[in-house]
Amino acid sequence: MPAIELTNPAALPADWRDFLALTKPRVMYLVVFTGLCGLLAAPVLPPAVLGFTAILCIALGAGACGALNQWYEADLDAKMRRTAKRPLPDGRMDRQSALHFGVGLAFFSVLLMGLATNWLAAIFLAASILFYVLVYTVWLKPRTPQNIVIGGAAGAFPPLIGWVAATGHVSALPLLLFAIIFLWTPPHFWALSLFVRSDYSAAGIPMLPVVAGIHSTRRQILLYSLPMAAAAMGPWLLGLTGPIYGGCAAVLSFVFLVLAARVASNSATEPAEMAPEKKLFAYSVFYLFALFAVLVADRWLTA
Amino acid sequence: MKLEDEVVRRQRDRARITALLLGAFVVLLFFITIAKTGINW
Repeated sequence: MPAIELTNPAALPADWRDFLALTKPRVMYLVVFTGLCGLLAAPVLPPAVLGFTAILCIALGAGACGALNQWYEADLDAKMRRTAKRPLPDGRMDRQSALHFGVGLAFFSVLLMGLATNWLAAIFLAASILFYVLVYTVWLKPRTPQNIVIGGAAGAFPPLIGWVAATGHVSALPLLLFAIIFLWTPPHFWALSLFVRSDYSAAGIPMLPVVAGIHSTRRQILLYSLPMAAAAMGPWLLGLTGPIYGGCAAVLSFVFLVLAARVASNSATEPAEMAPEKKLFAYSVFYLFALFAVLVADRWLTA
Repeated sequence: MKLEDEVVRRQRDRARITALLLGAFVVLLFFITIAKTGINW
């Protein structure tokens, strides 16, 4: 074959780094961490290799969600500055490769989870992948400003899966952990969507700030933060955790509410003036990490 | 860079990564089997 000058990158087989980028590794940290905490908070621990495999499967499942999300939203991603450089909109990979990669990864993660731990955990993993791809990405996201409210359930599955992988059954604590992430997702994403709303608007995604306006979104952030804080206190109030968790959850949730109140009282419309929103978004990530870390610390120190 | 060279480089990189992942999977399956059968070392 005669050598040709490199002028059309799309004609090349995709680089392995682009497959890795499809899995959204930066988003995966939180999923893996909450899944690990769900597993470590369980009353019984599986052998280390099975625990490792369970977390690996959660990570692979999350990667499959990322790949399938990017496959479905390639056209939308091309319209947003934040996502335009992803492998598909940037033309570094063809869509079919992304679809095959995502579906393959999803099947592999569910099968491995079932074989290594138990089939209830595999069913929850399959449900979370299907929920994220079909219910959130395909159905809700392009249709309703409440997309993130219901879609947040997909991201709430990991601690539940981690717990079920360890114990083989569902109980009150993992359901509360599910509820915490479910209620945490709207204020977290709406804080972000306030200062990148022009991106969502350009792509035609009906995020709350685009449809209901900035003022309404800020009020909703505060409103959703209240049940989230209540859910965060739930494990301690129900006697499922000790005072270490109770005290830390109270302080962490109080700070969250203060930052959410500052967002609610902000009247700025330009992203450059949205310091409270940016602060709340950054803190919300720390909040979830800290809350789950404290949960595990409490379980191990007071056991 | 020539297209042909770049295609070969990417195919080689992908083959290496795939081989590494398959190898790791075999090792993982081995330890999963040991753990599931309850053999103590």
